[in-house]
Parts: sequence; C-alpha cells; structure tokens
Amino acid sequence: MQYDLIPDSTLVTNYIHGEEYALEILIKRHKQKIYSFIYSKVYDRDITEDIFQDTFIKVIRTLKRGAYNEEGKFLPWVMRISHNLVIDHFRKNSRMPKFDNSGEFSIFSVLSDDTLNAEKRIIKDQVENDVRRLVEELPEDQREVLLMRIYDDLSFKEISDKTGVSINTALGRMRYALINLRKIIEKHHIVLTN
Amino acid sequence: MAKLYTNKSVENFNDLKPKEETVNFLLNYSKALSVFNCNEMKFEALLN
Repeated sequence: MQYDLIPDSTLVTNYIHGEEYALEILIKRHKQKIYSFIYSKVYDRDITEDIFQDTFIKVIRTLKRGAYNEEGKFLPWVMRISHNLVIDHFRKNSRMPKFDNSGEFSIFSVLSDDTLNAEKRIIKDQVENDVRRLVEELPEDQREVLLMRIYDDLSFKEISDKTGVSINTALGRMRYALINLRKIIEKHHIVLTN
Repeated sequence: MAKLYTNKSVENFNDLKPKEETVNFLLNYSKALSVFNCNEMKFEALLN
C-alpha cells in the first residue's frame, strides 16, 4: 500500500476508527515540519522535544475523544497546538524565571556562600583554642590588659580607671603582652592562619 | 548582569527531527489510551 498517497483527512478518520498505524504515518509525515517550527521558536533541543511530545499527546487525546473538527486541515491544526504550547512555555518561564547556568557566564561567580565549610570551621576553632591557650601563658597583669583591650574592647583610659594603673603602664603592659605572644608563637612554630 | 550578544549557531532546520524514542513513546501512548463514553461523559484510561 502506498502510504504517501493517503491524504491526512483519511488517515485521521482511520485513526479515529481505531487504526493505530494511521497515527504513525501522520507523525512520520509531519514530524520534521512541526519539530523545526517549535525549534525555530525556542532554540533548545530538550524543550523542543518536550513541546513536540505534548503537542501530539494533545492531538491523540483530542482525536480519541472525538473532539476533532474536520473543517480545518490536520497540519495547520497541529501547528496551532504547538504554537499555543510554545506560548505557554514562554509565559510559564517569564512568571518563574530560571537561570540557565550552561553558558559562559556562571551565576556562582556573582553569588557566593560566605559561610565557612566544615574544614575551615574546624581550623578556625583550633586557631581560637590556640590563641586562648597562648593568652593563658601570659603574666597576670599583661593578660588582664590584653583581655580588656581586645576582648572587652575597652579604651586604655577605661583600662587605666579599672585597674588603677596609669595609661602609660597599661600601654606598656599591652605592648609586652603582644611581644611575649609573638615570642611564644615563634618559639613553638605555631601557625595561626585559616 | 552580563549580557551575551553571541549569535545562535545556525542549524540546518531540515535536519531537525524528534528523537526516535519520543515518537515511539507517542505511538505507545496512543495504543494505551482508551476513551470510554458513559452517560454523555468521557473517561480516559491508560492501559499499559
């Protein structure tokens, strides 16, 4: 049988009457035109494939339900369905914009996660622990000034008022505290960087 | 945000065809789909 000679309208009628082969001929006859039409609008193979599939699902359901109107021609009707689905696709995407990360521009070069990862968090805890232990090693008067200045954020005037020593003495103790910390760090080759 | 003004590669539209599995899926879907009429209402059933 010369399938090429059978007109679309006959194939549609045959399909409605249960002859499944008719659909296969219709799809094979028009698949390239419909697929290219969709691709010319969306420029994406996967989306084209999806819309092509949805188009024919609609065609199949309409024909099987007997809701097909014989007045028009088959191909323009299918094209109209695919055209409407393309519009639906663009409408849906404009409502819910999604960023395609497949191009040259990477969204992650703009957006970044500033929180530390597990490894850096552990290192940070270790460094803080080391610093705490180093401070413990300092003589009492130096430690007191350093804690007030660095951790309590007091000015040297306030430290002087609280401890009852002059500002110059507080400054001197702070200076010696830092010198001593550096000495211990260098002596024990302690690394305090993240 | 960076805008890309590159041209889409020109593809030969005549070579564009759906995948074989898409066509097969549609043919199988068609075979599996049945529509029943019941009191002027239509029901669809997918029988695999």
